[in-house]
Amino acid sequence: MTRSTSELNEYVAQTRRDIVRMVHGVQSGHPGGSLGCTEFLTVLYQNVLRHNPAKFTMEGQNEDVFILSNGHISPVYYSALAHSGYFPKSELATFRKLNTRLQGHPTTHEGLPGVRIASGSLGQGLSVACGIAQAKKLNKDEKLVYVLMGDGELQEGQIWEAVMYASHNKIDNIIATVDVNGRQIDGDTKDIMGFTDLRSKFEAFNWNVITMEGNSLDDVQDTLSKAAVLSGNDKPICILMNTEMGNGVDFMMGSHEWHGIAPNDEQLEAALAQNPSTIGDY
Amino acid sequence: MEKKDTRSGFGDGLYELGLKNENVVGLCADLTGSLKMNKFENEFPKRFFQMGIAEANMISMAAGLATAGKIPFTGTFANFSTGRVYDQIRQSIAYSDKNVKICASHAGLTLGEDGATHQILEDIGLMKMLPGMTVINPCDYNQTKAATLAIADHQGPVYLRFGRPKWPVFTEENTFEIGKALHLRQGSDVTIFATGHLVWNSLEAAKALAEEGISAEVINIHTIKPLDNKAILDAAAKTQCVVTAEEHQMNGGLGDSICQLLSRYNPLPVEMVAVDDSFGESGTPEELLEKYGLGIKDVIAAAKRAISRK
Repeated sequence: MTRSTSELNEYVAQTRRDIVRMVHGVQSGHPGGSLGCTEFLTVLYQNVLRHNPAKFTMEGQNEDVFILSNGHISPVYYSALAHSGYFPKSELATFRKLNTRLQGHPTTHEGLPGVRIASGSLGQGLSVACGIAQAKKLNKDEKLVYVLMGDGELQEGQIWEAVMYASHNKIDNIIATVDVNGRQIDGDTKDIMGFTDLRSKFEAFNWNVITMEGNSLDDVQDTLSKAAVLSGNDKPICILMNTEMGNGVDFMMGSHEWHGIAPNDEQLEAALAQNPSTIGDY
Repeated sequence: MEKKDTRSGFGDGLYELGLKNENVVGLCADLTGSLKMNKFENEFPKRFFQMGIAEANMISMAAGLATAGKIPFTGTFANFSTGRVYDQIRQSIAYSDKNVKICASHAGLTLGEDGATHQILEDIGLMKMLPGMTVINPCDYNQTKAATLAIADHQGPVYLRFGRPKWPVFTEENTFEIGKALHLRQGSDVTIFATGHLVWNSLEAAKALAEEGISAEVINIHTIKPLDNKAILDAAAKTQCVVTAEEHQMNGGLGDSICQLLSRYNPLPVEMVAVDDSFGESGTPEELLEKYGLGIKDVIAAAKRAISRK
């Protein structure tokens, strides 16, 4: 089922509400990056992935698989999984609470459908994706492996081990998206450990690089379609996705301040007023 | 007595697995010859992944292969298989419960001349602390080959530790079972629990003790986790004193696990033959075992001390 743009917009608004409500509910979590990646994960889970949420299998054979490497944006991930049917929406209310399957950072340990690897300690997801991609090739499974990383996360050396591996071995069934929001916990990435021109770095490793405006629903849809077409051509694919951390909630945008803090009651009301309920709160 | 390196037991076992289980895949970080993985690589090139000198990527990629239903065997030196990639193992393999077999060669002092940078003596401790991790340290070629075959049938993460030097081959084939202690010599005065290369030294020590009229039992604890609690407690109850012997730090090794067990259920005198909070250095395996207190005479002395404390 392909959702229309107006339907997708409803999911995007609802997911933004979910994110701020989940983080507010336990007064912890990471709203900034989650809000910035809302369009991407909504389009990916509603319209792009060829998957079977009702019958989740760890192996994901003959399905597209998504790996979240920057596990701290778990609120948007959990909302996207719930809205595509991996588990009941009501479970979002248990986020980060004792005995929940929705741990602070995603894990397979509690058996949450949709999650295939623990993430949180950064830099490992692209390597995991390479492993799944190699297994798909061995199995002659032509579906794709998607992975999302943060731009700050690219400071982890392991990422570049995997970048080198993927191109050397022509892993052309991976679509790796980098959330280029320019922010990390301690400040702007350009000040902490800046990358001048990410495109040239990935291209130097022989990746196919495309850019995307991550907070434009239309551009996310177009670019993800384009990326899938580029697969199977001997090169791994990188999408440099420009986003605004905190997008959709005006006072959370424009700085790194909302990377990992929760809104208070008043701030929650203001955030929800900017994102009215569409398909219903959990 | 025939001598063979335990790493060849791994290489031969992996090759056999390749023949009989198409889900088995091999990954190696630029040490294919050292790990004896060439036969697997040559026979099953599509199922062999050359990772280059990039161990972190290798470990997490193995987690991905396991996610998709493969049974990955990673190969590099024990140092680079554990400490270097601890966080990758912890998050992507142990916590994620992935069916990855971390196969580690050149463990301990018997690596020899390369020196302390490569002679890891902390790996058993690092691995046994991880929830759900099985830890195996076979004692000779036959046992290493058997263990390699056995772990493919075990669902869950495994750390398999072996070594570089040619070492006596003394166990029978087909006597290995994960988690089941192996009685190698009966005795009534003292029980020596040994793992890895030190099992041979313990058997030699028991022979020498017999000549002095001391009856030493030798039990091979190849699986450090899960520990064969019953076999250990039964043996200790019989002889009333214990020696542990291993090529590892005293902290975190087999002796440490046995002391925990005995202190809870049957506190008895224990003497530990292990490296005492020290790094190694360059030298031949024999020289190093002697200098760091892991020689046959050290096991003999430990047995006498244990008996004297009864």
